[in-house]
Amino acid sequence: MKDDTLELPSYLDHTPEVQERIETLQARPVVMSVEALGRDFDANGVRTTALSRVSFEVRKREFISVIGPSGCGKSTLIRILAGLDYPTSGSVRLDGRAVQGPGADRGMVFQAYTLFPWLTVKKNVMFGLKMKGIANGKAEQMATEWLGVVGLSDAADKYPGQLSGGMKQRVAIARALANEPRILLMDEPFGALDAQTRCSMQAHLLRIWEAVDVTVLFITHDLEEAVYLSDRIVVLGANPGRIVEIIDVPVARPRSPAQFLSGHFLATKQRLEELIHGPDVFRRGRAA
Amino acid sequence: MADRLPEGEVDASTFDPMEEPVRPRLLAVRQPLSSRATFLVGVLAFAVPLLLWCALSYVPFLWHPLVLVEDAGDTTQPGTYAYLAEGQLVEREVFAARNQELAQAHKKLARGERSNPVYFQPPHAVARALYTAFTTPPEGVGDGWFHQSLLQSCKVIFWGFFWSAVFGIPIGIACGTFAFYSRLFEPFIDFIRYMPAPVFGALAVSIFGLAEEPKVAIIFIGTFFQMVLVVANTTRTLDLSLLHAAQTLGAKNRQLVWHVVIPGILPALYRDVRILVGWAWTYLVVAELIGEKTGLSAFIYQQQRYRHFDNVYAAIVIIGLVGLGVDQVLGFLGRYFFPWESGNLKLLHFARGVRRVLPGSVRPARVLP
Ligand SMILES: Nc1ncnc2c1ncn2[C@@H]1O[C@H](COP(=O)(O)OP(=O)(O)OP(=O)(O)O)[C@@H](O)[C@H]1O
Ligand SMILES: [Mg+2]
Repeated sequence: MKDDTLELPSYLDHTPEVQERIETLQARPVVMSVEALGRDFDANGVRTTALSRVSFEVRKREFISVIGPSGCGKSTLIRILAGLDYPTSGSVRLDGRAVQGPGADRGMVFQAYTLFPWLTVKKNVMFGLKMKGIANGKAEQMATEWLGVVGLSDAADKYPGQLSGGMKQRVAIARALANEPRILLMDEPFGALDAQTRCSMQAHLLRIWEAVDVTVLFITHDLEEAVYLSDRIVVLGANPGRIVEIIDVPVARPRSPAQFLSGHFLATKQRLEELIHGPDVFRRGRAA
Repeated sequence: MADRLPEGEVDASTFDPMEEPVRPRLLAVRQPLSSRATFLVGVLAFAVPLLLWCALSYVPFLWHPLVLVEDAGDTTQPGTYAYLAEGQLVEREVFAARNQELAQAHKKLARGERSNPVYFQPPHAVARALYTAFTTPPEGVGDGWFHQSLLQSCKVIFWGFFWSAVFGIPIGIACGTFAFYSRLFEPFIDFIRYMPAPVFGALAVSIFGLAEEPKVAIIFIGTFFQMVLVVANTTRTLDLSLLHAAQTLGAKNRQLVWHVVIPGILPALYRDVRILVGWAWTYLVVAELIGEKTGLSAFIYQQQRYRHFDNVYAAIVIIGLVGLGVDQVLGFLGRYFFPWESGNLKLLHFARGVRRVLPGSVRPARVLP
């Protein structure tokens, strides 16, 4: 039988261009460091280890994704990073200081829509600024600028209820970025969107990330999304949630949807698939 | 396209969806009625009881268990039922028995008209009383005019509910937001709320005296404890992820309460208050009959003693109308208060307009294109 599978490069092969990007990143200061993080849940006497000895570092202006099968503890991890949950062991450091509770230095975009329905789009973006005590006029001006960045200047006076899902998430991104956080945490922000909207949102997010000085930690279960967006991908395994591998994405920047079919893109995707669904997926396909 | 379609199929190109509009069924689970049905059913809700009332009042052979004696016949004729007199309301059996007595003696028969008991007043009498209640001067010494009684009742309700809201809403919000306050207040309040408010009547009188204060206290007791629990539960329905989002935007405890919890539950809180005002009215009669009788309840009590049942009904109807009126006004205003729920931006534009003309206001920066 003729084997018509493509001959792919190894995902570990880096072009000089990619190698340079990786080295530049490694020279940058660490923004957030996660050290031997563990989280156990005790529900009705049943003990679940959601996370076990998770360690990694996020460097300035890096786009890092966390990927893993459902229930492996991705949301638990990001909630701990945001300070909304507490680890049972290990620690999280932001610029060298241990994280204790939520704060404006770590912005977050949730999968569920969390815009405040009683505030207009502009007031939503102003929320964090007002909490900091920034005067109304200044906050309004900054919010207007950020709405321009996410391309929603026209929707400034609308209520969230009048927006589509994609627009809501763009406002949520603007709202988080307006605070100028050290790191932007995103928990499957496009998970509830349809395929087309999701695609344009990914491109949009990349443009924002390129234009704005921000570090992003992005959670997803979509392999292509992870490869398309990230510099590095942290792959989690389930039961207990632990790091299986951290992959330097060998796809050159700037990214475009055309790269979805490039050898390095497919090789990385194949590797992720193996890590998450086990090495058998491809072999089984071939035997049939 | 195929020339002939298989049996039972409709050619999509000629199928006009406008031809047969789908009629909303009258009984469809959680579906709104058509606007015509909404109107008709609403009218029916009042029309049916009214028609029934008219029928019982005006159709002589329906019910009418008594006879109004118009002419007692020959009153000189002795007998068991000789007490029959003009203008008396007697049972039909008594009337028939008297006429039998008279007939046996070949005397002039009594005449009368079938009639309802005095406590059952026909619509026109109550309608008239709705007007005359306001124009009739008080009968006894110390009795008040009707409008005075009405005002007195409204005042008791207002202050009772006002104090209940002033304490109940903040405590409810605190209980719904912080587990600490929930544990501190709710078990105890749960315990007290099973004690019926009237049992505090005598206590309220000994503490507050005979004037209006004990009545306000009863309304307060009747609504406060319920209010705390209802508001606490409403507060707990607030989406937790909104609070999390606010925390990641830097909001601390106090800011969370003022900028997220309160605005977040405001529409639901408003609906709660509308329902709880109704509770306050149910305690009105209890409150007004303790100590010195006052307000509408006192009026009803007196009119009943004078057997002016038309006035009694008029007062009851007025209580209903005031309650309904307050609720409708609150409902109407509610449509303007929460533009993010109703999409009604009129009040918002109005407020912006006012802010612009106020002295010292800064015009908001123009939105960049
Ligand atoms: N509050 C909790 N109490 C008990 N167990 C919990 C709790 N939160 C999470 N878990 C458990 O921790 C594990 C990880 O959950 P988590 O929500 O982080 O997974 P996830 O990777 O985000 O999954 P998904 O991709 O479906 O969102 C699961 O097994 C879950 O049952
Ligand atoms: Mg999750």
